[in-house]
Amino acid sequence: MRKRFLNEEGAWPAVIAIVSTIVFFGGATLLVVTSPNWPRVRDQFFNPDDFRQAAPDVLDGFWLNLQLFGWSMLLIPVVALLVAVMRSLRGPAFFPVRLLAVIYTDVLRGIPLILLVLLLGFGVPALQIELLPSSATFWGLTALTLSYSAYTAEIYRSGIDAVPESQRSSARALGLTQWQALRFAILPQAVRNVVPALMNTVVSLQKDVALISILGIREAVREAQIYTSRTFNYTSYVVATLLFLAISIPLTRYVDWYTERDRVARSQAQT
Amino acid sequence: MTLELDGVHKAYGDRPVLNGIDLTVEDHEVVCLIGPSGCGKSTLLRCVDLLDSIDAGEIRLDGETISAKGVDANAIRRRIGIVFQSYNLFPHMTVLDNVTLGPRRALGMARDEAEARAMEMLGRFGLGDHADSYPNRISGGQNQRAAIVRALIGDPEILLLDEVTSALDPELVGEVLSAIRDLAAGGMTMVLATHEMGFARDVADRVCFLHEGRVLESAPPATLFTDPQHERTAQFLARVVEAGRL
Repeated sequence: MRKRFLNEEGAWPAVIAIVSTIVFFGGATLLVVTSPNWPRVRDQFFNPDDFRQAAPDVLDGFWLNLQLFGWSMLLIPVVALLVAVMRSLRGPAFFPVRLLAVIYTDVLRGIPLILLVLLLGFGVPALQIELLPSSATFWGLTALTLSYSAYTAEIYRSGIDAVPESQRSSARALGLTQWQALRFAILPQAVRNVVPALMNTVVSLQKDVALISILGIREAVREAQIYTSRTFNYTSYVVATLLFLAISIPLTRYVDWYTERDRVARSQAQT
Repeated sequence: MTLELDGVHKAYGDRPVLNGIDLTVEDHEVVCLIGPSGCGKSTLLRCVDLLDSIDAGEIRLDGETISAKGVDANAIRRRIGIVFQSYNLFPHMTVLDNVTLGPRRALGMARDEAEARAMEMLGRFGLGDHADSYPNRISGGQNQRAAIVRALIGDPEILLLDEVTSALDPELVGEVLSAIRDLAAGGMTMVLATHEMGFARDVADRVCFLHEGRVLESAPPATLFTDPQHERTAQFLARVVEAGRL
């Protein structure tokens, strides 16, 4: 990126870019710090002492966010793939299976994630069914997994649909069963088709893990909230924000880089 | 081995494609299907391999009705090889993996055995050096020969070839045709849909002219190409000659 605009017309475009960046961000900063209430806001949100005091608890909570993020990253691709495959099976015998998959994706995509978290997180434990775990964290994770799996299943399905019909024909022509054709011929291509889209989902999942804080689970946002209600200082939220950014910015950069590389690789493979 | 089609009808939606196909292919016979685009050649081959279902009529393989409901289509497909116009190799697999997928997964052959067999056949088709190449790294002709090996490795009783040279650059057509010629010489039973009339004349025991979903005329090439009985056949051949394809 950088190389490209430096080479274009010598150094001029670079100079313009640097100057306009300084003017823009400098202006914005100036606007904020000269606002009448800035000293109070600075104290409320950017207080170094509060930062130091809040950081350990918020960091502890963030470790839970990361664990839940990790678990959902393992569970979602599996559940979603299952749903996508169910929906891709052909023939009248599989109609109930397809119907089930359609209902699943329609319903789960139709419920706001925050409601699903509340319903499962408070509702299921209230049933007091002995066989089911009653941990709010478990149900929060379940809500996250179910909702994201519905979206991810649709991504997989678009990838499956993008594989030419002729690929399925030639797999079946070898005598492979419908399942084998999917497993060996279609799915590997389908998954490759949608890796960039899947990675974008990962970026948004990483942040949505914070939604389970409404169940009172002491993850980063909840810990920040607790600190705020004790001290009436909001710096703890800034701590949490920085922690999320520390993960999501590198992740986003990586996704962009990967997507671009994939695009280039594909356009070369075409020739 | 005999393949018999008896009054086969097939429509896509309300567009009829096959309108009562009668055709018998004997053991070791090479039958070429010719005719204008859209006359049903490809559909006919797809129906024989049970990739499309038929609406009426019957297809029999060795007297067994394979177009009936409840037939194990996978078992039938293992007895039939098919090669498509656009090769359709799996792009995420090497040539060797493409070729061994069928034997390993559909026939349950051990990997070593399948690969040994595949290497021997790839060598025979001049692809020994390309076993580890991916399809997008080799030429169209090599792709198509690999597709032929993939169709043949399971020892099919009959091989169906659907305009296998139509997607190839002209200079690559020869290598694929000579591979098919070798198969014909080796006694392989084949049905070819083709636009290569010169090749059909060379290799076919019998040429069938398809028109509007029917076999309008069927005769040895020497007869059909020089003395067509039907006006439609004559018109078609005249156009082919005009285009310099015969």
